[in-house]
Amino acid sequence: MENRDRLLEVKDLHVSFDTYAGEVKAVRGVDFHVDKGETLAIVGESGCGKSVTAQSIMKLIPMPPGRIKKGSIIFDGKDLVKFTDKQMESVRGREISMIFQDPMTSLNPTMKIGKQIMEGLIKHQNMTKKEAKERAIEMIKLVGIPNPAKRVEQYPHEFSGGMRQRAMIAIALACNPKLLIADEPTTALDVTIQAQILDLMKELQNRLNTSIIMITHDLGVVANIAHRIVVMYAGKIIESGTSDDIFFNPQHPYTWGLLQSVPRLDAANKEKLVPILGQPPDLFKPPVGCPFAARCDYAMPVCKEYYPEKTQISEKHHVHCWLQHEMAPKVKNPIVEGRR
Amino acid sequence: MFKYTLKRLGTMILTLWVVVTITFFLMHAIPGDPFTDQKRIPAEILENLKAKYGLDKPLVVQYFTYLKNLLHGDLGMSLKYKNRTVADMLKSGFPVSAQLGLAAGLFGITMGILLGIVAALNHKGFFDYFVILLAILGVSVPNFVFSALFQYWFGVKLGWFPVARWGTPYHVILPAWALGMRMIAFQARMMRTSMLDVLNQDYIKTAKAKGLSKSVVIWRHTIRNAILPIVTILGPTIATLLTGTFVIEKIFAIPGLGKYYIQSIQQRDYTLILGTTVFYSAILIFMIFLVDIAYGLIDPRIRLDR
Repeated sequence: MENRDRLLEVKDLHVSFDTYAGEVKAVRGVDFHVDKGETLAIVGESGCGKSVTAQSIMKLIPMPPGRIKKGSIIFDGKDLVKFTDKQMESVRGREISMIFQDPMTSLNPTMKIGKQIMEGLIKHQNMTKKEAKERAIEMIKLVGIPNPAKRVEQYPHEFSGGMRQRAMIAIALACNPKLLIADEPTTALDVTIQAQILDLMKELQNRLNTSIIMITHDLGVVANIAHRIVVMYAGKIIESGTSDDIFFNPQHPYTWGLLQSVPRLDAANKEKLVPILGQPPDLFKPPVGCPFAARCDYAMPVCKEYYPEKTQISEKHHVHCWLQHEMAPKVKNPIVEGRR
Repeated sequence: MFKYTLKRLGTMILTLWVVVTITFFLMHAIPGDPFTDQKRIPAEILENLKAKYGLDKPLVVQYFTYLKNLLHGDLGMSLKYKNRTVADMLKSGFPVSAQLGLAAGLFGITMGILLGIVAALNHKGFFDYFVILLAILGVSVPNFVFSALFQYWFGVKLGWFPVARWGTPYHVILPAWALGMRMIAFQARMMRTSMLDVLNQDYIKTAKAKGLSKSVVIWRHTIRNAILPIVTILGPTIATLLTGTFVIEKIFAIPGLGKYYIQSIQQRDYTLILGTTVFYSAILIFMIFLVDIAYGLIDPRIRLDR
């Protein structure tokens, strides 16, 4: 199963935050991997631990109060959990880069765009200022911003939202990182710009062969960019599989709920959007059983008592759900049935 | 930039005119006149005095006479200090006050900003609480208490610095320190808050995600953005410091401007009141202008030319 294409392997990752009110267990035992040139989407609603997982990979969570309690993050054969701050500096920006949700606040307002791209190049690639500037202009051009030579001399407030996110991508990709983590990169943008940014990321991935981890709460965003999808809920992965697995043969009721709450253009009869009722559980005291049991239409007594083991559906498709147990009643899969 | 400066110059003069006008009429609304005294002055002499200084004319005429003289740069004679022009008094007091104020300002601002930065970087640590405590002390303990303490410790007990008076650079240190205490406290508190705010911004996370070292993130990305609010309050603060302080100058027997502000009003020395007010306003307005220009240089989002 281990192969040379494996770029990142996260094993049994536990991340907690120590607050005055107690320990918040934000991530509780997460396993996933990313291969070279692959796009992995981590999907889940707000507060499910997806951003914390992503920021833990770069060790950008504030520590304290945050801490990685357990687990390993194997990147290119090395365990990042054991890295010191100093060692992480040579990973961040060079090996792994990150772009954030809100391009309006993610760029330093008092520094020229060009300089913000150049910083990483000068630090990681030992470039002179002149070389770095040429590269910065090249990057601005690469991300599709017209008039690059003029644009590098401008400040963030002279850029529109979509342009700023392009500039963020230019910063992130300047040093040719092996892995790009995109934390809700399109959430703050309007829909037409969203599509442009996603297309740009896809195109650049093809060209540069960068692996991408795409964090989002919007399944619509990942549909056309992700190779594999990991669905997170309350700090755990409840289902993972290829894009096709998740969209056409999802097995977890939570995934069903997510899919049913995405508006569809191709629906013949005007289907109603089905919301997932209720709130995600409190991560001060996460439930012992399946965390989704309280909101699940199919919950059985066992769901509240024991956490379901991993069930393998196909080679890449896993799910944690008691419905997979042989003694569980057979329920109709609303997604598979609905597509007929 | 040139056009902007010209426009600003216009508003600055307008502001100054408003200040002069309001001060002039408010001042005359105070009961009594410069010659009201415990000693009764014979009526004929009083009349002569008033005639000499033009106080017998209608108020509006006096006002326009003053404005006319002001435009010629003439601030008039003091009504209380014999044979001294107001301009003369300002000229002799200002260099002293300015020297003291500059020393206090330089000391207060650098120390304050430094303490604020260190406190923010040590957030919720020992040093952070130490700076907060210091800031509360600095703001709540009046200047004259620090003055007396410093005079006693460093002047009398240790004998490092002269206790009072003016002349050598050594004389500047104690009063400047006493005067700067409040500023340290204020700036430290402000800088700390501003730093903490900036450290939580997304672009700091971006900078970290680039793999920049901690010192570069702090120096290049945090401090420059955090210092903006400090620059804003710098104008009024420096203007106040430069034009002297009554209490500190009195305690250290420094021949500065400070005493004129208080005495001129007590004695209803009309020309001196107007003179000190115009002088203070002019410096304040000019400082604010400088700050605005500095702001434009530090923060590219602020465009002065528009």
